[in-house]
Amino acid sequence: MNKETPLTLLDKPNSYVGRTLSRDSAKRAVAGRGRYTDDIMPARTLHAAFVRSPYGHAKILSIDVEAAKQQQGVALVMTGAELAEMCTGPWVGTLVCFDGMKSEPQHPMAVDRACWQGEPVVMVVANSRAEAEDAAELVTVGYEELPVVIDKETALDKDSPVIHPNLGDNLAFEKTIETGDVEKAVSEADIVIEDTFTFGRHTAVSLEPRALLAEYDPGTERLTIHTSSQCPHMIQAVFARTLGVPEHNVRIVAPDVGGSFGLKIHTFGDEIAATAAAIKLARPVKFIADRLESFATDIHARENRVKGRIAVTKEGIITSVDIDVRSGAGAYSQYPRTSVFEANQILNITGGPYAHENYRASTQVVYLNKVPTSQYRAVGHPIGNTVGESLVDQAAAACGIDPMEFRRRNVMRDDSYPRVSAAGIEMRDLSHQKCLETLVERMGYDALLEEQAEYRKKGIQRGIGIAAFIKGTAPGPAGYYGAGGAPISSQDSCTIKLEPSGGVICMVGVTDQGQGVDTVMGQIAAATLGVPMESVRVIEGDTDAVPYGGGTYASRATAIGGEATYQAAMLLRAEILEIAGVLLQAEPDTLDILDGHVVDKGDTASRISLAEIGRIGHFQVAELPNHIQHTLSATYRFRLKDALYIFTNGIQGAYVEVDTDTGFIKLLNHWVIEDCGRVINPQLADEQVRGGCVQGLGGALYEECVYDSAGQLQNATLADYLVPMAGEMPDIEVAHIQTHTGVSELGAKGVGESGTGAAPAVVMNAVNDAIRPFGGKVTAQPMSPETILKALGKV
Amino acid sequence: MNEATLEISLTVNGEQITKTVPVRQHLVDFLRNELGFTGSHLGCEHGVCGACSVRVDDAVVRGCLMLAVQADGANVVTVEGLTETGEIADLQKNFVERNAMQCGYCTPGMLITAAELLHDPKPVSREEIRGHLSGNFCRCTGYHAIVDAVETTINKRLEEG
Repeated sequence: MNKETPLTLLDKPNSYVGRTLSRDSAKRAVAGRGRYTDDIMPARTLHAAFVRSPYGHAKILSIDVEAAKQQQGVALVMTGAELAEMCTGPWVGTLVCFDGMKSEPQHPMAVDRACWQGEPVVMVVANSRAEAEDAAELVTVGYEELPVVIDKETALDKDSPVIHPNLGDNLAFEKTIETGDVEKAVSEADIVIEDTFTFGRHTAVSLEPRALLAEYDPGTERLTIHTSSQCPHMIQAVFARTLGVPEHNVRIVAPDVGGSFGLKIHTFGDEIAATAAAIKLARPVKFIADRLESFATDIHARENRVKGRIAVTKEGIITSVDIDVRSGAGAYSQYPRTSVFEANQILNITGGPYAHENYRASTQVVYLNKVPTSQYRAVGHPIGNTVGESLVDQAAAACGIDPMEFRRRNVMRDDSYPRVSAAGIEMRDLSHQKCLETLVERMGYDALLEEQAEYRKKGIQRGIGIAAFIKGTAPGPAGYYGAGGAPISSQDSCTIKLEPSGGVICMVGVTDQGQGVDTVMGQIAAATLGVPMESVRVIEGDTDAVPYGGGTYASRATAIGGEATYQAAMLLRAEILEIAGVLLQAEPDTLDILDGHVVDKGDTASRISLAEIGRIGHFQVAELPNHIQHTLSATYRFRLKDALYIFTNGIQGAYVEVDTDTGFIKLLNHWVIEDCGRVINPQLADEQVRGGCVQGLGGALYEECVYDSAGQLQNATLADYLVPMAGEMPDIEVAHIQTHTGVSELGAKGVGESGTGAAPAVVMNAVNDAIRPFGGKVTAQPMSPETILKALGKV
Repeated sequence: MNEATLEISLTVNGEQITKTVPVRQHLVDFLRNELGFTGSHLGCEHGVCGACSVRVDDAVVRGCLMLAVQADGANVVTVEGLTETGEIADLQKNFVERNAMQCGYCTPGMLITAAELLHDPKPVSREEIRGHLSGNFCRCTGYHAIVDAVETTINKRLEEG
């Protein structure tokens, strides 16, 4: 493609790219024909249940499994020590890119010691889940309770118990980044604002829990695992290596996945155990986490305390930002993605929309006797954005400047890219100014301010919130995983084939969990090749079928997988046109493909159909000269070259009402203006943003995994851990600014986490705007009614 | 331990069925594991999330809170049955067109709950639709699209009388 050419094949009139099209999988879902892991029921399937540690920290003194083994229907009872013998070694959840990071080796099930409540200790495998649970109740484990470390603030104190004595202390990782001279900026500033923010632990709560069905064929020594996963190739590598099965003998299939949100990029010990049982017994073994197990074993996230400071001039120009982050991990660093990304990402993005040049950010990540933490949707961004945007709001108020105007003065200018942020990250192709002005217009900002004032007069306290944001999407190879030593691909691939019928098979390494990845890849392939959408079938989620890839995480599917699909389709298109050129005795570059037919450029009359080319190319190759040896297939693998991420940006607005007597918050309106580059399917992009917002709002308002001082999780049910339901959530208005990224020809950036990343920030700013006249201020999430009333001094 | 069992007879999606079931088996496990109606999903197994919602004698119930033996003699309809009769074909079409689901796991329960508003449709506000659906958890959509799809369906049915 000529970079000078402003329009690509994707920009043709009636292109499938940029158009809303329905998802095929939606048609299955509404008929109840979705096929999730638990819907797959091979004959003679066994079911795994687990005995889990009832203590936050305890030495395992004895395990008696005899009574359980005698139970009817029980096929296997396995202890942690027995499982460890089947494994190549314990996991160590560190990556070399995180300098100085340390973690204790972790067995899939506890061997001598359990380090969080819910850690698997013994597995029981039986004919049904009910029978497995019956037998699990007969397993007797003798424990000696050990002291727990629960509070991240005291975890590094000299007198704190140390969870893993081999590590010397409870510190997992520490890091500081510094740009410019913060202390000088602070000493010269007209106004300095300091505050401390706290964030509760959340978990993903995918509606379909973690699910796995493992089958082993001793004849071929092949292991097939159906699992609810975002990253089949990573699962293949980790399971094969952990269980000592050659990787090429392991097939991972991700059928329909009932929600993922980052939860399902991870590997869990109970899943290794169930797979080991399938190998040992040579029978299918299924493990489906129940909801209690989900709360007590799925990765947690977001537990952070951040001290933040912002320095500004009286004209409202930010001169420095500095933060100190204490991040509460779990008992081990999650293998293989670690438990330190969140803190690292907070350092990367706090204050990220703004042009200031002095920045210092430090973190200490500490181990706690809680569920291990790791990546969950919009990793770190809800925290960094909340801290940064709250400080900005407080600074604006101190300067007496409208918060929208304050941001207008400080955001990076749209004509200033590429540039390096104060955190040291390259930023390019962003549009803060355009997004801000669009938000002003969409909110009807001035009218809204007037309306708010009118309500104040009536004693109704409404607040307007604004939060600008950046979002790291589509991490590149210079980033963390591959370079850090984890078997996770940061590039992704597409293999595309023309079939004899003229149909197109498009196999991609990125995966779909309902976002519409398959539809989007199909749109890109159809638009590029010039074939009807119905001619394209996209295959994903099966390591036996698709080229190697990283799967879907960190908003990478469209940005990375989409470019791979586009380039693969371009290669196939060139092959097709070359064959057509031979058959039609025309120069390939005088030809085009339209609606499944080769045409003369600028014309619509079919000269030869793709079905005819497929027929000749596969069956009647004698009609082609010998030098034409095309396969009618192409593979392209795309990766970022230098960039750490493809950063996106945007801004959110929120309008809320706070009942100052009850502390209840009513969400009235919510706006998101974001820039994900080229939008492939507007409806699907909008819905990513909406769903993401609500996930962020849940964390900001309701969700928290509450632990007591003994390390007992207090609210491991959906009745006690509150999630956002339809009644509390607002309609959400979404608009996209489309600044194409220059790192690909497709120009798409990630979109899946932009809602989540800034929704907590904007709603907290709106709440604080509502209660500011009463001297109230909230800096803790979730913002429960009690938090609000405390902020108002009423309780 | 030998499981205590009972024989039950019931109608599921229009078909008369007689089966011997463990007395402790939940209705949704019976529908999924014994009959293969996997459209009803298990999300929390304690009656909060609504993913297992099915219709029993015209009432929407949590399939995880009802035992199969309690459905003896009942008329049970799942999303598969609703699809076959065409009763909610318009709602399903609008869900697809509006992309009122992502992962699809909540969708059958959501449809069955929303169908209650369609039986004898009355003008409803978006707030009322949201209230009606507030026993069904969706982690993906943020609900906006679901409310749109339900609203469109109700309005169309009202228009067409």
